[in-house]
Amino acid sequence: MSLQSAITVSNLTKRFGKVTAVDDISFTVQPGELFALLGPNGAGKSTTIKMLTTLLKPTGGKLTLAGHDVAHEQDKARQAFGIVFQDPSVDTEMTAYENMQLHAALYGVPGAAARQRIEELMTLVELWDRRDSLVKEYSGGMKRRLEIARGLLHHPAVLFLDEPTLGLDTQTRNLLWDYVRRLSREEGMTVFFTTHYLEEAEAVADRIAVIDHGKLIALGTTPELTEQTKTKTLEAAYLALTGRTVRDETPSKGDEWRARRRARMMR
Amino acid sequence: MNVIYVLWLRQIKRFFRARSRIIGAIGQPLLFLIALGYGIGSVYSKAGQGNYIEFLVPGIMAQTVLFAAMFYGAMIMFDKQFGFLKETLVAPVSRFKIMLGGALGGATTATLQGLLVLCISLFLGFRPHDWALVPLAIIILGLLAVAIASFSSGIGSFVQDMQGFQAINQFIVFPLYFLSGALYPLQHVPGWLRLVAECNPMSYAVDALRFVLIDQTHFGLAKDMLVLVISVCGLVMFGAYRFRHIEA
Repeated sequence: MSLQSAITVSNLTKRFGKVTAVDDISFTVQPGELFALLGPNGAGKSTTIKMLTTLLKPTGGKLTLAGHDVAHEQDKARQAFGIVFQDPSVDTEMTAYENMQLHAALYGVPGAAARQRIEELMTLVELWDRRDSLVKEYSGGMKRRLEIARGLLHHPAVLFLDEPTLGLDTQTRNLLWDYVRRLSREEGMTVFFTTHYLEEAEAVADRIAVIDHGKLIALGTTPELTEQTKTKTLEAAYLALTGRTVRDETPSKGDEWRARRRARMMR
Repeated sequence: MNVIYVLWLRQIKRFFRARSRIIGAIGQPLLFLIALGYGIGSVYSKAGQGNYIEFLVPGIMAQTVLFAAMFYGAMIMFDKQFGFLKETLVAPVSRFKIMLGGALGGATTATLQGLLVLCISLFLGFRPHDWALVPLAIIILGLLAVAIASFSSGIGSFVQDMQGFQAINQFIVFPLYFLSGALYPLQHVPGWLRLVAECNPMSYAVDALRFVLIDQTHFGLAKDMLVLVISVCGLVMFGAYRFRHIEA
């Protein structure tokens, strides 16, 4: 484990018809690293995460997760990661505990170990007292915390967080990053995340990759990126790299519907 | 196995927690039985055909299972929209098990709803001609439910929104129901209509139920069961195939 990288992306490409969403990108993430992927809306961040997490098939290129080829050892790769999606993915009509149990069953965590781990994680994210509430009674922040606890249940080697703090208040955001950092430190877990909050990336990430128009345009630590662009802050560096124009994203029908729903739920 | 079980259980729990679905499960067939049973029943007996409610009950049972099992496809679509589907799609489990667990759960609740119709009909004076054959009726309902729930899994896998799903209901499910002989005997209908009904797998489920419950049959039980089993196999394969190709 120590010699192989946690994530390798080689010449990854994804085309939807004539549109190239991800254009020949390559990078590696080391075990235990906190790695941020930044980019404007529609730059290809979510598409990259979807390919890394087996939800989309790449048009070209190769991906490995914890040493497993994502295309050919799909189940091993799936066992190796946990994910908190950009949009809620809990079953709101079931209780928080039932959601955790279902996840344990999906990942083959045996009963006794699952019970212990569920209690541990739900205590950590301060939801143990509310374990028997239906998730639809949870606030947006509570749902996010539950999703993080769930993503960690099967001891993944890599945790993906796709804009995990979107729509959360400052307190919840700080709390969330505290958990993530702590778990990464204690369990040697690799964390791969996307965010639009640059101060988060600056504070949390060991290294930062910037993509735009599907191409990887910069990769390094915050000091490296500011030096490269001759700027003082990560935000200035990011704007120097990606420009100031606002991007158009063409969401799918489902995305639009979810965005509206999310706006309603994240009160 | 464990995966199939938990996904099955999820459907069962969600059904019993949704009061509206249980009320609907009682209300809709009751309305059909009363409105059609008594409304058309008087004309039916004047035409010398006997007791229409007795004839109708197996048809309404099949109808209830059809609509209830189709609803499972809408659940997949909701899971897609509410995001839960992704949780199952990235899990290290074969898509076939995921599809099968949910579909069996949907089929179980649909079968229960079909049986509920039988219970309701007892209050309207319906009696099966032989109680010993009722378990066979449950098997028939179950097979129909698995076939339709698998079919609706396949539909739910590629339909994007509720409008799309409504269109499927209008163009596939309603014809399956109205052209199945659930509401009228096939003996005296025009030849073209009988031909359509003979091509409709739903007709065989209705006919099998009628044989078991009221000792009337158009095709014969052997042929009914053969068509039913073939439909189950074909539609499970269809559902599994479509479900495997979901990309989020």
